[in-house]
This record gives sequence, C-alpha cells and structure tokens, in this order.
Amino acid sequence: MKKMTLEICSGTTCYMLGANNLLNIENEMPSELRGLAEVRALPCMGLCNDKELSGAPYVKLNGKVIEKATPEKIYDAMRALIEE
Amino acid sequence: MANGSVFVRRELMIRFVRAFNNGTLETDLDRFAVEMRPRLGQSSRCCIYHDRAVIKYRLMSLLGFSCEEETDEARTLASYYREAIERETPVNVAETIPLSVCEAGCSGCPSARVIVTPNCRGCLNRPCMYSCPKGAISIVNQVSTIDYSKCINCGKCTTVCPYHAIVKTTVPCEEACPTGAIHKDPDGHTRIDMEKCISCGNCFSKCPFSAILERSQMLDVMKAIKNGEKVVAMIAPAIEPQIAGSIEQLFTAVSKLGFTDVMEVAIGAEETTAREAEEFKEKMLAGERLMTTSCCPAYVELVRKFVPELMKYVSHTPSPMVLAAEIARKEHPGCKVVFVGPCVAKRIEGARNNIDFVLSFEELLGMLAGSGIDIIACEPMKLPRAAISDARGFAKSSGVTQAVVNELGNFKDDFKLDAKAINGIEKKTISILKLYAAGKLPGNFLEVMCCPGGCVNGPCSLKK
Repeated sequence: MKKMTLEICSGTTCYMLGANNLLNIENEMPSELRGLAEVRALPCMGLCNDKELSGAPYVKLNGKVIEKATPEKIYDAMRALIEE
Repeated sequence: MANGSVFVRRELMIRFVRAFNNGTLETDLDRFAVEMRPRLGQSSRCCIYHDRAVIKYRLMSLLGFSCEEETDEARTLASYYREAIERETPVNVAETIPLSVCEAGCSGCPSARVIVTPNCRGCLNRPCMYSCPKGAISIVNQVSTIDYSKCINCGKCTTVCPYHAIVKTTVPCEEACPTGAIHKDPDGHTRIDMEKCISCGNCFSKCPFSAILERSQMLDVMKAIKNGEKVVAMIAPAIEPQIAGSIEQLFTAVSKLGFTDVMEVAIGAEETTAREAEEFKEKMLAGERLMTTSCCPAYVELVRKFVPELMKYVSHTPSPMVLAAEIARKEHPGCKVVFVGPCVAKRIEGARNNIDFVLSFEELLGMLAGSGIDIIACEPMKLPRAAISDARGFAKSSGVTQAVVNELGNFKDDFKLDAKAINGIEKKTISILKLYAAGKLPGNFLEVMCCPGGCVNGPCSLKK
C-alpha cells in the first residue's frame, strides 16, 4: 500500500487551537497505523480565515481536509482509507 | 493537554485581534458570542445561551475588566470597549489581583467530601468501617453509609475499599490553591480572597471549565503600538519549548507585530545572576545564615503574605524582568516595555516595578495568529545579544541555583554553599518556609519556584 500523507497545519492559529497536540502524532499512533503515513508540519494553509476559524486545527490526509482535527478523527480517517 | 474551554478562550483572542486590526472591534464585540454559538449550532454547556453568557465575560476580561466589576448586566461590550480604549494605563493589578471568577462559567462544584458510590457491595470484612478513625461509617441496609457529622474527610476509607467504591470528590480550584484563598461564600459562589491570593495561577490552569479569568492587557499593548508609541517586547526564556519554530523565528514574527524591539528576558537574567552571586557572597561573608531567591513573584507574594519573618532573607537583586526592562529603556529611551511570560504573578510584579504591560504566551500567540503571522514561515532573526544558556536556564527548576553556582565558581572559597530548592509551592510549603525562617532547616541558599519544574510549567504555558 502506498504511504499516506498526513499534513498538519502548524500555522500559529492551528497550533494554538490544538495542532500543538498533533505534532507528535507519528509516535503516538496505534500500532496498526504506525508507519503508514508520512507526517509533515506545514505553515498556514489559509483554511482558517474569518468564518472557518472554528474549524481549526486543520489537517490534510492525502489532500482531504479534516476540520477540528483530533488524533481519533485522524486515526478513523486513516482506517477508512485502508478499507477502501 | 488543552481542553475545550481553553480553545474557546484562544479562539476569542484570535477573533479579538483580527477585529482590532480591521478596526471593527467595537461593533464586532457584541456579535462574537452569537457568531460562535448560533441558534441552531451546538453548545458546550447546557445550551447556547449559557455559552454566550460565558463568552461575554471572557471578552470583558480580554478588555481588561474583571467580571466582578459588572454593575449593569445590560451594559454592552462596545461600551466597555470605549472605556478601555480611553484609559491611559491598564488597571493596576498590584492594588487588586489579576484573577477573577467568572460566575457564569463556574460549575459551582460541590464541596470536597467522601462519598459512597453504588459500587459498594456491603462486604462482610467492612474495611471502611474499621479503618475510619472517627467511627463515621456504619452499614445500613447492606450499604456503607457515612455520618457527615463525624466524617473529617481524611479519605482513609477510600484507600481500603476493595471495590474502589468510596471516592473523594474534589473542587479543582480549591485543591490547587496553595494558600486557601479560594472558597465559597454563603450563597455558594466561588470567591478569591484578595488578602490570601498570591496569583500563582494554579486555579486558572486547573479549572476544567476555565472559569477563572485573567485581566488582559492585550488591548493596551495593541493600542500603544497602533498609536505609534515605541514598545519593546521582552520574552521570557520559558517560551522555547512552547512554540512551533525556533526562538529566532519567533523574534521575527513578534517584530512583525510592530514592536520597536524584541529581546530575551534572559539578557536580564545574566545580570541577575552576577548580582545575586555577589549579594550572596557579601551576605555570607557578613555572617548571615540564609539567602533565598527573588525571581519567582508568586513565591515573593507567599513570603510577603504568609511568612513575613522570611522576608529579610529574600534576595534584593531585581528579577531578570526588571533588569531586562532597564536595558530596554537604556537602548530605547522613552519606550514602553512589555513582559511576555507564562506567569500570572508577573502581572503583579510588573505593576509594582514600573513594567508597562505584561502579556501571557497565549496572548502573544493570539496576537500573532490574529494578525496572520506564522512563526514557522518566518526567517530566523539574528539575535543581536543571544543570552547564555545559564541565563535561559532560569526558567527551569534549580536553574537559578545552577547559574549562581557557576558564577560563584569565580570566587575564592571563603564559605561553603549549601543550596536547597523547593520545586513547586503546595499547601504544606508555608510551614516548611516557617522552619527555614526559624533556622530549623539546613541550607544557606534556598531557591523556590512556585510551579513544579519551574516557569516552563507556568499556569499560562501553552503545553498545559
């Protein structure tokens, strides 16, 4: 299976609103998911302007945006990709 | 790990700064609560109306008011804004305290006590009954039952029950407060006793509802910059592990906010170390038996309010913040100085020592986020005077001692250094300090840091 790309927005807004808890996610993943994604921290992706502020922190899994990202949401999305 | 209520606070900061930069803050303030909690949206508490009420008080505190100052509930935030924007200087927190309880946000946790849960099996060994020193437990209808007229909340029964059926409920703010400053008034409202509060900020960081609010000076800082005043930011060393990106990138980011200059508070710590080592040497050679550190303001408040007999042993050396401000004023005559740190008590020390403003790390990041400035996208700034690592080490427990020990290495051994440290102020700390004051404990150099591990774990640090 091709490695997934997991991009974590580390812009100041996302960082403050929870991305700081996601930056170490590679090492915290459940064992069945570990190593399946390449994790990158990116500067602001511009998703948080005005109205969308409440959706931060944003991450992208294989290009697909996940709002209000938490480790659990990310793991679920990864599992869904595996099943596809 | 930060929780939901912390994110609401931070999101409000970002919205606040965005609106200030757009020049629409006065009109937007009264809209935020509705925008964040629309009629058909989700609520974090019982309903959107409760959420909206709490948001209003959070915005009041961002404007620099304490929610206890509210006399007219119908007063709009726009009206508070107009008052805030007119004031010459922020409210002097040394005359009050920087913290207040947001009643609308407070859950009014029931007083701490021991309770029997339905897990009780009414077992025949009855360890709870036999371990209770006050005979407060009996078995009624096959269930362990506590007589609260006898129970002293010692919690012995909670440790012996094989079913973990007896638990002690807590009030997180009261439990976290080392001085007993938080209590409930006769009507059940949580209050902070100004006479006892040392502004350590434990309640602020431990309340799971984030119902303890800080008076912010963010608006005052942004206003000064906007009015073209010279404003210098002094950043405490504890920030290093808190941000995405390096200190050098952060400095570029902060200067983009319009500060005249950005400097490390650690620059002041170098001077503090040299003077503190000198002071210690002089005192020891003069035959004094103890010197204790002065750089943690919550500790100094604790001594002032609860162990005044120890005051004469507290070092007279100004803290790194105060000395950094001297350097800033020398280099930029007429400037205003802003201390940025992880500390609530620095707000008081700042007010007492002519520091114009104090911001938390969270507020600084809020200003950056609200202004669309990304730390990790910034070029690293060449620091004109990078602080030595000993000075940056002030932010960690035993860092002050280490710096002074290294400095003392330059002196001849005319006396023996016997360094002791208290790493984190707890309820029992006052009695330990009384023993130091009475000369009943060994050691001639006593470092006390209010926060366990030092300033890096301060109440306003972002990693919490």
